[in-house]
This record gives sequence, C-alpha cells and structure tokens, in this order.
Amino acid sequence: MNCIVLGATKGMGRALTRALVARGDTVCLLGRNQEALQKTARDLQVRGDLEQEPQTVLCDLEEPETFSKALDVAVMVLGEVNLVVITAGVFATQDVLDNDVRLAQQLMQVDFVQTIEFCEQAKERLLRNGGGTLCVFSSVAGDRGRAPSRVYGAAKAGLSTYLEALDHRYHQEGLRVLCVKPGFIRTSMTAGLAPPPFAGNADGVAKRVISAIDGQKPVVYAPAIWRWVMLVIRFLPRFIMRRSRF
Amino acid sequence: MSGQLISGWGRVGIVGKEIHTDDLSQLPPEITLCRGLGRSYGDASLPASPQSVVACTTLADRLLHFEPNSGRVKSEAGVSLRMLARVFLPRGWFVPVTPGTSEVTVGGMVAADVHGKNHHVDGCFGSYVDELLIRVADGRTIVCNRNNEPDLFWATIGGMGLTGHILEVTFRMNRIPSPWISAESVRVNDIDTLLTELRESSNDWPFTVAWVDGLSGGRNLGRGIVYKGRWSKRTANGLSAAAPRQARAVPCDLPNWVLNRWSVGRFNDVTYYRHGARTRVYTQSPYDFFYPLDSVGNWNRVYGRRGFTQYQCVIPEKHGEEGMRQLLQHLSERHANAFLCVIKNCGDEGHGLLSFPLSGMSAAIDLPIDRHTQDLVDFLNEWVIGLGGRIYLAKDAFTRAEHFKAMEPRLAHWKSVRCRWDPTLRIRSAQSVRIFGDPE
Repeated sequence: MNCIVLGATKGMGRALTRALVARGDTVCLLGRNQEALQKTARDLQVRGDLEQEPQTVLCDLEEPETFSKALDVAVMVLGEVNLVVITAGVFATQDVLDNDVRLAQQLMQVDFVQTIEFCEQAKERLLRNGGGTLCVFSSVAGDRGRAPSRVYGAAKAGLSTYLEALDHRYHQEGLRVLCVKPGFIRTSMTAGLAPPPFAGNADGVAKRVISAIDGQKPVVYAPAIWRWVMLVIRFLPRFIMRRSRF
Repeated sequence: MSGQLISGWGRVGIVGKEIHTDDLSQLPPEITLCRGLGRSYGDASLPASPQSVVACTTLADRLLHFEPNSGRVKSEAGVSLRMLARVFLPRGWFVPVTPGTSEVTVGGMVAADVHGKNHHVDGCFGSYVDELLIRVADGRTIVCNRNNEPDLFWATIGGMGLTGHILEVTFRMNRIPSPWISAESVRVNDIDTLLTELRESSNDWPFTVAWVDGLSGGRNLGRGIVYKGRWSKRTANGLSAAAPRQARAVPCDLPNWVLNRWSVGRFNDVTYYRHGARTRVYTQSPYDFFYPLDSVGNWNRVYGRRGFTQYQCVIPEKHGEEGMRQLLQHLSERHANAFLCVIKNCGDEGHGLLSFPLSGMSAAIDLPIDRHTQDLVDFLNEWVIGLGGRIYLAKDAFTRAEHFKAMEPRLAHWKSVRCRWDPTLRIRSAQSVRIFGDPE
C-alpha cells in the first residue's frame, strides 16, 4: 500500500507509520518540521531495512495553503495513493485552555476546521485514484460532552460527525473513511497527566488501526475496551455527568 | 503537574517532577536530569529535590543511522535494548555488551557504562561507543568522541548522566554467527568449586556468570550454578531468530512477608536441585540467556512496598576469590536476606572515568530494605574499601559520601571535568546530592 501520513514524527503517528513500514507499505511523511521529518524518515529506513529513506514533504496543519501542494507532491512521489493518515492535531487540557483563549481558538481551528479542509483535499486525491482509505485520528473525547475536555471534545465531536458524513457520501465511490478514537494513550501529548484506568500505548493503537484499515471498518476504538467505556459514559444521565469529574 | 512519586527499580520513591519528551532537541532548560527506563535500583535516576524536573527519554526512540558494513548505529538516547534486539537480532547483529535486562535505554547504558556476562573478555559498553551528542549545562550541544572533547566523552561514560544530557549515541554492534546461544550450566556445591569453575570456564567461554544461593551456609556456603554461553556457530532451531517472550507481569505489590528467608530458601532449593548434578548443554534464545528476569514484568513488585536494593561490588584480582568467600561469610554471619546473589569475573578497567568494573570479581546481591540495610551496606563498604574494591552506582542507594570517596581514586578527576562543563552543578540527581555532595 502507498500511504501519506500527516503527523508521523510523534506519538501514535510515529508508531503507526513504523507498523505500516514493517509490513511493507511505502510511506510519504508530511509534517511541519523538516528536522523532525528527516529523523523519522531515517528511523523508518533503519527499522524497515529500506534501501531509501521515505520521502518527506513540508505541510502544516495550521496553514491550509500548504495542503494542496504537499498532497500533490506526495502523490507524485508515491505514484498512486491508497491510504491517507492524519494523526496531527493540537491538544491541551481544559485548565490550560481556560487561561489561554488564543490556544483554544487555535485548537478549534486546527483540530476541526483545518483537519476537515485537509480531509476534503485528501479525499479528492483518493477518489481520483478510484478510492482508498482516509484514516483520521479523532478521539473518545468527542463521544460525549465532558467537563474536562469541553473545547477539545467539541472539536473532536465535530470531526467525528464530519467523518461519518464523509463515509455516508462517498462509500459507494470507493472511499473508505476510518475514524480512530483513541482513549488515553501514553505519549508525549498526554505526558504529565495522570493515566486513568485502561490507558494504552501507541504500539497497541497502531496494531488495532492497521487491522481496522484492512477490515475497512468505519470506526475503531483503541484500546478496544474504550468502546465499552464510552458506551457507558454516553448513557450516563446528566445529573451524574454534572457531578462527575471525568 | 505537581510533585509526583518517582522511583528507581528498587521502588523507593521520592517526590519530584517528570516530563516525557519525544524530541530531545527540544528539552526545556529547567531539566536537571535525564532518565531512561528507571532500571537503576537506587536514586541515580531520581530528581535532586521535589522542585527538580527530570526528563524521561523513552519516547525519543528513533534509530538515526545504521551502517551495514561496520555495524555502527546512531540512535536517540531513549532507544531501548529490547527494541535494538528486535530490529537487529533477525539481521544478525547484537550489542557487544548487554546488562542483565533489555529494559534499559542506550542513554542509560552509556551513563552507567554497563557491563555484562562477557566483561572478562569484552569490557564495558563504553568501549563500543564512538560518539555522543550531549546537551551540556549551559545549553550548548556538544559532539564528543575520543578525539573531540575526550575529557567530556570519558567523563560521560559511566558518569551517571551528570555531565550533560545524553541526546544521541553512536556505537558499534557485533556481527553474530547465529541468533542463538550455545549454553552450558554446571551445578556446584560450595564456594570453592564455584570459583574454580568460574575461573576455568572464563578461559573458554565469552559469557559466564554464577548464580549463588545467598542463603546457604556451613558446608554448602556458596553453592550455586555456573552458567556459560557463546553465540551458536550454526543456526540452531531453524533459521529465524527467537522472538522475545511475552512478559507476564506481576499484577500488584505482593505483601512484604511473601519473600522471606524460608520462601526464598525453598525457591533456591528448587533452583539448585532441579538443575541436577550433571552438566547441562543446551541451545537457548539470547532473550532467555541474557534476560531471564525480563519474562516476568514488574518483578520488583514481589519485594512488596518496602522496596529493595542491590549491593554490587567488585574486588580486585589479588583478593578476588578470597573476597567472594569473605563476602558470603559476612552475609551468612549477619543473617542478611541475600535473596539473589550473582558472581562473575571482570576484565580490565574501562576508560570511563567512573566506570565500575575492574579486573577481579564482582558480586551483586539483592536485599529487601529493612532497618538493618544501612548498617549492612556501611559494613560491606568498609570491607570493600579495605580490599581496594568499589561499588556500582547504578545499583546503589545507601553508600555514604565518605565511603565512595575512599573507594574511588578517580573521583577528583571526574569531578574536575564535570565542574568545567557545569560549574554550578545544575545537572544533578538525588544520588549526586547524596554521594557527591551536590546542592539539593
């Protein structure tokens, strides 16, 4: 499979890209920091015993004008694209966002508006190919409005809804949309937060996401238990949600 | 992110702050120490004070370069040995020196200048390190090697991460004839036979180590099993490399009383008698040979909440064998709870300014922490000083500053190099406060 990955330099994106390379997929890395991209490309080369480093292309989720060109270059490099992965995004706890309006705006802009814009453009390239998979990292935070993730959760809820609609609209034309909903995963994004029960790791997520891509699933929770955790949380009555701290 | 309890492998925690970063080039300036997988037993990887911030490097796990001709690898400091083995063992490469667990980072291996079962022939890991990228106290990033800033290079190898933050490590891997180990083990019924067996086998075998029943006494003092190994010449068990065993983890802290003299004594009996009197010859996966304890995740929990420490010392050649006898006698006479005891012979001293091993014999003893531990360590340290030996900082939690100073003639030189790069001793650990007298 030929894959474009936006966000391969860190956390779950790094783990997923390694897993893709390990099974023989060809990847092209998109990101905003050339040095980080380069190091990640070299890491993939060494681990995968590849003859050449994977190609890297500068692309910043905060700057929508970079999307089109980056995707075009990536498509040119790969020839044909079967999978586009987006793991990049902005994260901050609600406490931090409460004290930083600009960061909150940036988060909403990047995680919702610009991610959707990127998906729209990626979808075009995949459809031109006759189809393919668009794998986007949303979050369990979007499954229910919860006090500790008011803004982040809202952005991810919007993203999840968009992905569902995208699947409805283009499934028959061959587009497979996968909405990944990670629970609490130990990465640099969540560093410093106390892990709740059922915290997972990036390699475990990568494994599950790959089998969801192969199985053409529309939604995947990782670790698997979070599907049931969120099912319970979705059905909790408001009077409990108002009193709870999660 | 207020203070949290951070602990080493011995599980005696202290309060501090720990951050995780996957990009070491972006380390915040307030970081006072980098730590890897926290396998040092004592306080070597712990923050100097509750306000200190330490950075965990395990997310910085990228392999940056590999030369298939020479086996040279350049990696970020957070790459674990387990990961290295998984990537390179199937391709016919292995680290030239490995400690007894694969759950260590390359940065930690440099900082502790780790040694392994082959120290008597191959020396420490530091001998195979070609270059280091270090962020020193003033924020500069320095490339150092044997020619460029050699003082910083050798002070960092075995320098417990105190000379600067280790960001990248370039080291050499060894070509191995097959991904399997040809091993042999012999049961011995007392310390004299054990020492003879160890001495003789070290002439023929690159990997040797002896497990000793630390609770044995009298006629059986020092009974144990000597393990020997070498890389298998032909490819046994098919062509492919073994996969690491799926670790089964100890799910929670066991109560303190579970490990006691009686239960460990019976465990040792079983280990000893099950081996049988005959020499065993077998082929083993390197994971099982080098890292037997890695197959039990969080095995440190079996010691319970009291935690434990390891006392590891090395005794110079001329007193080596006699030293091992004396050590076991001391442990036996003081009824020390020496629950795990490992002896091996060491080769020449490395170039690392604070590198632990020296030509002689080394013993490592796991001890549950109780109110006698400090006295026992003090007593043993004075005995070690008398014989011209020293202790291993990566294991230590109890040694006093004056004792370490007395056993380490190289300390002044190391301190002077460290001071040159970090005059205010900004980079420090709980251990450096305790042993080197750094400000808190």
